[in-house]
Amino acid sequence: MNKYLSFFRLSFTMGLQYRAAALAGIVTQFAWGFLEILVFWAFYRAEPEAFPMSMSATASYVWMQQAFLALFATWMIDNDIFDTIVSGNIAYSLCRPIRIYNMWFSKSTATRVSRAALRCFPILIIAAFLPESYRMAKPASAWHFGLFLVTLIFGLLVTVAFSMFVYVFTFFTVSPQGVRIVFTSMVEFFAGAIIPLPFFPANWKKVLEILPFASMQNVALRIYSGSMSGAEMGKAVFLQVLWLVVLILLGRCLCRLAEKKVTIQGG
Amino acid sequence: MITMEHVCKSYKIARRNAGFGEAFKALFHREYEVIHALSDVSFTIRDGEMVGYIGPNGAGKSSTIKILSGILVPDSGTVTVDGRVPHKNRMEHVKEIGVVFGQRSQLWWDVPVIDSFELLRDIYSIPRGIYHNNLEELTELLNLEKLLRSPVRQLSLGQRMRCEIAASLLHSPKILFLDEPTIGLDAVSKIAVREFIRKQNEIHKTTVILTTHDMQDIEALSKRIILIGKGKILLDGRLEDIKSDEGIDETVAELYRAYDI
Amino acid sequence: MLLKMKEAVRLYGHYLSINIKSAMQYKTSFFLTALGQFFVSFNVFLGIYFMFRRFSSVEGFTYSEVLLCFSIVLLEFSLAEMFARGFDLFPEMVRTGSFDQVLIRPRNEILQVLGNKFELTRIGRILQAVVMFTYGVSHCKVEWNLIKILTVIFMLIGGCAVFSGLFLIYASLCFFTMEGLEFMNILTDGAREYGRYPVSIYGKKALLLTTFLIPYALVQYYPLLYLLEKDNRSFLVVVPLLAVWFLIPSYALWRFGVRHYQSSGS
Repeated sequence: MNKYLSFFRLSFTMGLQYRAAALAGIVTQFAWGFLEILVFWAFYRAEPEAFPMSMSATASYVWMQQAFLALFATWMIDNDIFDTIVSGNIAYSLCRPIRIYNMWFSKSTATRVSRAALRCFPILIIAAFLPESYRMAKPASAWHFGLFLVTLIFGLLVTVAFSMFVYVFTFFTVSPQGVRIVFTSMVEFFAGAIIPLPFFPANWKKVLEILPFASMQNVALRIYSGSMSGAEMGKAVFLQVLWLVVLILLGRCLCRLAEKKVTIQGG
Repeated sequence: MITMEHVCKSYKIARRNAGFGEAFKALFHREYEVIHALSDVSFTIRDGEMVGYIGPNGAGKSSTIKILSGILVPDSGTVTVDGRVPHKNRMEHVKEIGVVFGQRSQLWWDVPVIDSFELLRDIYSIPRGIYHNNLEELTELLNLEKLLRSPVRQLSLGQRMRCEIAASLLHSPKILFLDEPTIGLDAVSKIAVREFIRKQNEIHKTTVILTTHDMQDIEALSKRIILIGKGKILLDGRLEDIKSDEGIDETVAELYRAYDI
Repeated sequence: MLLKMKEAVRLYGHYLSINIKSAMQYKTSFFLTALGQFFVSFNVFLGIYFMFRRFSSVEGFTYSEVLLCFSIVLLEFSLAEMFARGFDLFPEMVRTGSFDQVLIRPRNEILQVLGNKFELTRIGRILQAVVMFTYGVSHCKVEWNLIKILTVIFMLIGGCAVFSGLFLIYASLCFFTMEGLEFMNILTDGAREYGRYPVSIYGKKALLLTTFLIPYALVQYYPLLYLLEKDNRSFLVVVPLLAVWFLIPSYALWRFGVRHYQSSGS
């Protein structure tokens, strides 16, 4: 376990170095969030009765999404990992007494956490002091906040477990880029990154909420603002755990296969 | 004629220290360091001369070449090459020079060498007749016949370097800058490259400025050497004058020690 | 002057052909990536589609009107991308020092940077933009006449200029810093994403900013009003062409950057 922790530490330190990148990220995410909320307001003004969430819950959803973007964005790929596979340097890692899957898992998690750690606080703090119509509201209750933290972590792990497939698939395809582009943009959409799941038509929403994509950002962001009922929350957390286990098991199997393929072909 | 007078050039770079705490500190406060790449560098090179420009890594060799080829603007001092100021009349200047960066490639990786050459013909607007003559001559002297049709990625380092050198001479430049042209080459290729450079200088009276770590290059090619260390010219003279009975490598190592560079 | 232009076009063509040759070395990979690019921007469209399944209009614009707006902006962006996104790889060129190679050639730097690498797989995105554009135009309830067609053409020219200017600014900034250029995404990708709705829905201040600072509104909102017959003043037809002024400061910044260039590495 220790060695995976040290991978985590190393990647985390590396992530902290990019100060200007973090600042630019904060500015970008802030602008993005602001525009997003303006769009929702425009729709709200047009037909308030058709709005599926309260406007304040929507604003909170958007700010949380921007603040924790680095945790959940599937298109943020760990280029180091990608390069080791494409360049064949993976051979080095195969020589070491480490499980590739675990190493990459801890490395991606750390990269995401370090990126988010730098960016989330300024965004959250500013968002909390904005004029009321744009403000990020306080959590619905202490209990909601606690559950929010737990589901945030589960959501991150599900996202990482999912992105592991993207890396592993690189072994099997001639053109990892094409597959990756389609893959990640699909996930973005189904996860509620473009529009939150409640905005989908009812029958779509029913299906989407069961899929693993809903276990990424959707759960935590909606629990925070209290827009899920008790039963819904229970089901959502259960699904998160279920998908996490399934994705990790599947990912490890695939990773084994990929490793075998590398050894046979000699890199 | 090439002249550099009292040329200075410095860079500012951010300093980074190792460790978790340092990385965290750097978030809020960053230290900068000024590197004096060149301080008060002066020399003159006559037409048709072949000069070896030597010195340890980071001494300022590349900066000099880059200033002379118009890539970098010096902080102070004057530079003229055949009456032109490189960074001011960039377009006119670069038509007359050829540059080979040994560690980089100017050829397109995935297409046959000849395709890159033809693109260069268009870039330099080389008249057809001249292009064909030059290509023919270079093909013969560098023995490129079999290489021209193969993609660059399939060539060995030595083969590639021969093509690189040809690429930078297609437009018949008067001055040729070679930045470590023999780096990583095998013995046969090294000798071929040296022989070619010598001939080019002899036949076309091309001025050649050569930076290298390989003292055999210098020994085989240039009568004059300029030694640079820590951004200053330390020695400018004939190779014979400094050469002792020991091998050339030992002589240069001795020089480096003497100047503490 | 004309001769110079002709030579430049010829060279650009030569760059294009050598890029195509290179890409064709990896055919499967090329087509798969292009296919991926084709599908990726449908996300934005789906977002609009699902929002309008719930709402009937936004700020007085209906689904078909927003669709027209979105499809024109997307095509503006894609055209600019086709010509000028070579600047995307510019940070890499500066970092590895291959910009040195550009400076030792007797040709315009911009032409060489653009020629150095065409991201040909973006053809997928352009196709997607064309499909979207055709869909948008055929579904909107605009009665087309010559003037309106001309307006759209002007919008495409102006929009292409604005986005190209932004790509140029992005590249120019690389001369000064490599870090933190991410914020430029607000102006380029952000404008594409949020340009799907007419600028007015973002409020008066946004409209002012995009009229005078970065002229998005000139190539989107104002001519759109004319197309949709919400405003019939005929000068709106040529407003998009005014946006071309944006190329001037962008180019000035680029010139300044080239002077400031510090070559890296050895």
